[in-house]
Amino acid sequence: MKSIYMDHAATTPVHPDVVDAMVPVYKETFGNPSSVHQFGRKARRYLDQARRKVAESLKANEKEIVFTSGGTEADNLAVIGTARANAGKGKHIITTSIEHHATLHAVEYLESQGFEVTYLPVNEEGLVAIEDVKAALREDTILVSIMMVNNETGSIQPISQVGELLRDHQAYFHSDIVQAYGLMSLDVTTLPVDLLAVSGHKINGPKGIGFLYIREGVQIESLQYGGEQERKRRAGTENTPAVKGLQTAVEIMEAERMTYKEKYLHYKQLFIRTLEEKEVTFEVNGSEEFTVESIVNISFPDMNVETLLTNFDLSGIAASSGSACTAGSIEPSHVLTAMFGPGHPKTTNSIRFSFGLANNEEDIIEAATRVSQIIKRLT
Amino acid sequence: MKDPKDTRVVVGMSGGVDSSVAALMLKEQGYDVVGIFMKNWDDTDENGVCTATEDYEDVIRVCNQLDIPYYAVNFEKQYWDKVFTYFLDEYKKGRTPNPDVMCNKEIKFKAFMDHAMSLGADYLATGHYAQVRENDGVYEMLRGVDHNKDQTYFLNQLSQDVLAKVMFPLGHLEKKEVRAIAEKHDLATAKKKDSTGICFIGERNFKEFLSEYLPAQPGNMETLDGEVKGRHDGLMYYTLGQRQGLGIGGAGDPWFVVGKNVEDNVLYVGQGFHHDALYSDGLIASEANWTKAETPTEPFECTAKFRYRQEDSGVTVYPLENGRWKVMFHEPERAITPGQAVVFYNGEVCLGGATIDVVLKEDAAVNYVG
Repeated sequence: MKSIYMDHAATTPVHPDVVDAMVPVYKETFGNPSSVHQFGRKARRYLDQARRKVAESLKANEKEIVFTSGGTEADNLAVIGTARANAGKGKHIITTSIEHHATLHAVEYLESQGFEVTYLPVNEEGLVAIEDVKAALREDTILVSIMMVNNETGSIQPISQVGELLRDHQAYFHSDIVQAYGLMSLDVTTLPVDLLAVSGHKINGPKGIGFLYIREGVQIESLQYGGEQERKRRAGTENTPAVKGLQTAVEIMEAERMTYKEKYLHYKQLFIRTLEEKEVTFEVNGSEEFTVESIVNISFPDMNVETLLTNFDLSGIAASSGSACTAGSIEPSHVLTAMFGPGHPKTTNSIRFSFGLANNEEDIIEAATRVSQIIKRLT
Repeated sequence: MKDPKDTRVVVGMSGGVDSSVAALMLKEQGYDVVGIFMKNWDDTDENGVCTATEDYEDVIRVCNQLDIPYYAVNFEKQYWDKVFTYFLDEYKKGRTPNPDVMCNKEIKFKAFMDHAMSLGADYLATGHYAQVRENDGVYEMLRGVDHNKDQTYFLNQLSQDVLAKVMFPLGHLEKKEVRAIAEKHDLATAKKKDSTGICFIGERNFKEFLSEYLPAQPGNMETLDGEVKGRHDGLMYYTLGQRQGLGIGGAGDPWFVVGKNVEDNVLYVGQGFHHDALYSDGLIASEANWTKAETPTEPFECTAKFRYRQEDSGVTVYPLENGRWKVMFHEPERAITPGQAVVFYNGEVCLGGATIDVVLKEDAAVNYVG
């Protein structure tokens, strides 16, 4: 039976051009970019080129880019790094209840260190209300962290509006754009944000690489102690081949973004339409208007996530839901809990399907067909 | 019979060596094997650490060695409702429950069986030491070949429907052979220690655990003649025939628990392992299950076990009204305990079992055992 990958929000297949770009770096450029000899300089050239490319993708200055090990580290650095550096100005942080754990667990840590955190609610469509941000804002607020696109539902948050609101406030504005970066063209010369976290492996790049955009002038403390790499903001020898891979992934993404958007939206619509044609009972969770093309979160009434995902996998379909606890069993999604309330059936009967390069039309129809067969068998 | 490769077998994997080898044997026999870990109890501590994490890690490592898919399923709610609530209720009544029997009946071979079937499984397999034999569409449960490890005592509530869909790949093996197979295949769990105790209590102190859920009411320890011998910490902490932890000194034979009076909160003690009060000659049981579909209607002779890892004894079983059964012992038995299971055998075949309600002596109910 053919395996069908419908979990691109978890990770994406590495684009073959990315692999091709990385191999020569592994083979020929092993130098340490910090070294004061030709081997080091050769490696350093890769870093410089990539940094420039990545900065351009956001219309940022290359000095505003810090390479990290991925999205989690970028979020951690943004949240904890700015909180520590600005604790003198206040100890209040605002975030949302639907953030990725890379942000949520970072602010929870800060709470244990004496910071005060406001978790904004979302409505049933999974959207944060600008009024709630306004109401939560205090004089001593030092950081607002709101993701651009939610990883479970695909909901697109009102980042520009929040940014505008914060223009005349001391608080820095951080956004986790891990799920947005591949499909949304962003420009920091107009978008009022201070920090943006990106992951390489969500955009068909390699794992173990990502970056944080830090607007010039933002006060931030490094979280790692060691060498003076990344202008003292991130100690540790740079992962040169992965940086090259990330650059290549960004180049491909920029060239293909419009095609991808169209294609993934088509996949999503085709998937939903096919489920409808097969007369499956389901509901799409989240906003119809403000949702990214690549993600659809579907509730199957009277079903159970563990049974569904296991059945899907046994029939070759890879999808996901919420997050698994360390003992493997699936916990009710904190995102859906924020949307529908604790204990709501949708928190334990919803599945995320996410589309990407591993898909084609035929697979989407086949996947929807298999899903419908499973749902019917379990009904 | 379908070809093994078209036969899906869900294996309940605990992260222990037995279920690991069960999965390995089925895989080697060519079945479409799926490993599933059950999470029945949330013991997550304040640091977010739970023992199930390590066990599931072991399940993952073994399944990857065997190249079979692995998943987890959460039955915490069902376990709480069906097993733990029963467990506490029995203690409140002064009885000694058997949560393993209940877990097999309600969780492993009911909720988990349903889950396995919802995954398109043909069979559910576990690492229990027991065997299933089919004769013309009738299923019998036999003791495991390793009598020292035989687990049919805990499986006495399995019915025909369940036995028809169950596989016990270890039933014909000795425990040491199972270890040897695990070591030969270098399974990640080959050297893992067997788990002991009741699953949700684990290695913790039983008394401490129970006191978190049930208020302990200390009271008097008395002889059956009413002589006060000391204080007890709460009736639920003691079982019939127990010697340890009484703290009664003095001359003569050691002291044993011989009974409980829940109403007056008195623990009865008596001197000597063979104290007369510990012996009885029959019992009344209910909640019977007969592994073959038919329920006996006439008295019959067979052997029985009244606790795990005990030699069988000869008994005669009499059907009573209202689903009750009288079991008369051919020889007097020591420390028959209400709440525990009585399990019946005919040779190697496990006929079924029931829950002990009343202990009989000279055909009258013994009123001092709870």
